[in-house]
Amino acid sequence: MMRQGRPTRPGDEAALPTDDFETFSGNRGLQHEEPLIFEQDADGRTGVDLPEPRADLSDRLGAFKRRGPIGLPGLSEPQVMRHFVRLSQMNYAIDAGLYPLGSCTMKHNPRLNEKMARLPGFADIHPLQPQASVQGALELISEVGRWLCALTAMPTVAMSPKAGAHGELCGLMAVRAALDARGETRSRVLAPESAHGTNPATAAMCGFTVDPIPADTRGRVDMAQLKEKLGPDIAAIMVTNPNTCGLFETDILEMADAIHAAGGYFYCDGANFNALVGRVRPGDLGIDAMHINLHKTFSTPHGGGGPGAGPVVFSEALAPFAPLPLVQKNQGGDFCLVEQPEETSDTPFGRMTAFHGQMGMFVRAYAYMLSHGADGLRQVAEDAVLSANYVQASLEQDMSASYPGPCMHECLFDDRFLKDTGVSTLDFAKAMIDEGYHPMTMYFPLVVHGALLIEPTETESRDALDQFIAVLQSLARDAKAGNSARFTGAPYLTPRGRLDETKAARKPVLRWQQPAPAEAAE
Amino acid sequence: MSDIRFTEEHEWIRLDGDVGTVGITDYAQEQLGDIVFVELPEQGKTVKQGDEIAVVESVKAASEIYAPVTGEVTDTNGALEEAPETVNAEAEDGGWFFRMRVTDPGELSTLMDSDAYKSYIAELD
Repeated sequence: MMRQGRPTRPGDEAALPTDDFETFSGNRGLQHEEPLIFEQDADGRTGVDLPEPRADLSDRLGAFKRRGPIGLPGLSEPQVMRHFVRLSQMNYAIDAGLYPLGSCTMKHNPRLNEKMARLPGFADIHPLQPQASVQGALELISEVGRWLCALTAMPTVAMSPKAGAHGELCGLMAVRAALDARGETRSRVLAPESAHGTNPATAAMCGFTVDPIPADTRGRVDMAQLKEKLGPDIAAIMVTNPNTCGLFETDILEMADAIHAAGGYFYCDGANFNALVGRVRPGDLGIDAMHINLHKTFSTPHGGGGPGAGPVVFSEALAPFAPLPLVQKNQGGDFCLVEQPEETSDTPFGRMTAFHGQMGMFVRAYAYMLSHGADGLRQVAEDAVLSANYVQASLEQDMSASYPGPCMHECLFDDRFLKDTGVSTLDFAKAMIDEGYHPMTMYFPLVVHGALLIEPTETESRDALDQFIAVLQSLARDAKAGNSARFTGAPYLTPRGRLDETKAARKPVLRWQQPAPAEAAE
Repeated sequence: MSDIRFTEEHEWIRLDGDVGTVGITDYAQEQLGDIVFVELPEQGKTVKQGDEIAVVESVKAASEIYAPVTGEVTDTNGALEEAPETVNAEAEDGGWFFRMRVTDPGELSTLMDSDAYKSYIAELD
């Protein structure tokens, strides 16, 4: 019999390695044990080969002359390439799997967006080049703004804010300017307990004191408490709708009337607009300002994958105070930037940024809007809500939903189902990592105990949702069956196990520290 | 240990003459989890009952500490800055936050005694 060729099936002795199986290299298959880049430093190694200067320039550098080593590691180009590719292989991303982080809207980032954003006419331009040479880019900014105004039923948009919290700041600065114009000093801002942490932070940064409004038993703003707190010193109320319990604020019209009657403004945190886009126009609800996270609702990459963009739409009442720049179409049909207060009859409060906003995100968002169309955007909201309700309904038996359904785009569970199991929300989330999933948002919102907030988004298929649900069901049943070891030490299968978060917070090491030199050999 | 009083926000105050020692309760530290940072008030600061006076930060959340009664801060437990874990280990003893001169001892009667606090937290669970 021929026995010299390559074996084509496992040998008779093949068996699963034992639990303490360790490789010689420290790598685990394609999962490499990668040292820090500084630990790969070698004296004199470099990825570039620069010619020696032809003359002695050392006396020409003045104060810029280097006084000592700059501490950068020396590596070759292939080393650098492998280093970052290996790090990326340890990472989790929306391109790798379902990313159920509640209130973050981790939806798929369509490839078409990326293709459009790389067009040289958008990618290779500079904010200071002549406006006549970037007419297409200005028109695109204007068009994105027009879509946002149409989707929200608002007359004006400020495109420049760079992220959600920056948009909140923009909104409250407009509120501040409007109050100044009325000659009024109002010092307090109301924010529900379930608000994103950035809401009270924004209000405080704008010099307001924050007054929290408790949630009622239905997980919504307690209207009685709200009305009790209203008065002549209330500048604004900041509400997220749907709120961070994944619930629509059903009293929102009444809320708007009440705050307006008290002379204040209504700020809406648009972080959860994905549940409403194409279905509900915030302007119709009486909202005065709202930021829109393009990186959530309009699918531009975020969470380490790209910058945010948080344009803010304004009602008639706040529109005159919107910050510059604005993009306008002049009578000749050209697009131009309004950059100076003298160029407008309005009273802008100033600027939020040096330039016009996140151009790369505008292009991606516009590609998303055009490829979906109005009907497609409406379906986005419908499918996002359907996905979340499917998850909530499927898990109702095994986990404890905080509020009875239906929910909007995200569903909230608390840790009652883990009671007396010895497993905490944190342990449960860590066990999900071993199962190959990014955990959901945990311990937020604070209004329920040990919160687990799941936002599946509309871009997951039914199959993907079913697999995810099956994993959560199995974990929940295993926890209740008393198999707490699976949880309390999790994750077990990652390059690093459970980290000591307490020690990291108490004694943070924020920079690489050169190891002490080895003692000289005797 | 008779003169220890508790707030609904889970602070305790123990009175010795007109000086009260203030900290957070054992229940509070357990809810917060591992405490990683404590921001203490400045000495000499005067506060009204219910004013925010300190901040405690755990791996889970940052929470405000409210003055249980009106008074002036006379002393702070500086050791907590280096060793916030003391709050977890001895919340109602070595993990005290600050001392204050109590201007209106009558306010203490608005707070709960040990038994009342025990039944208060029993209801929260």
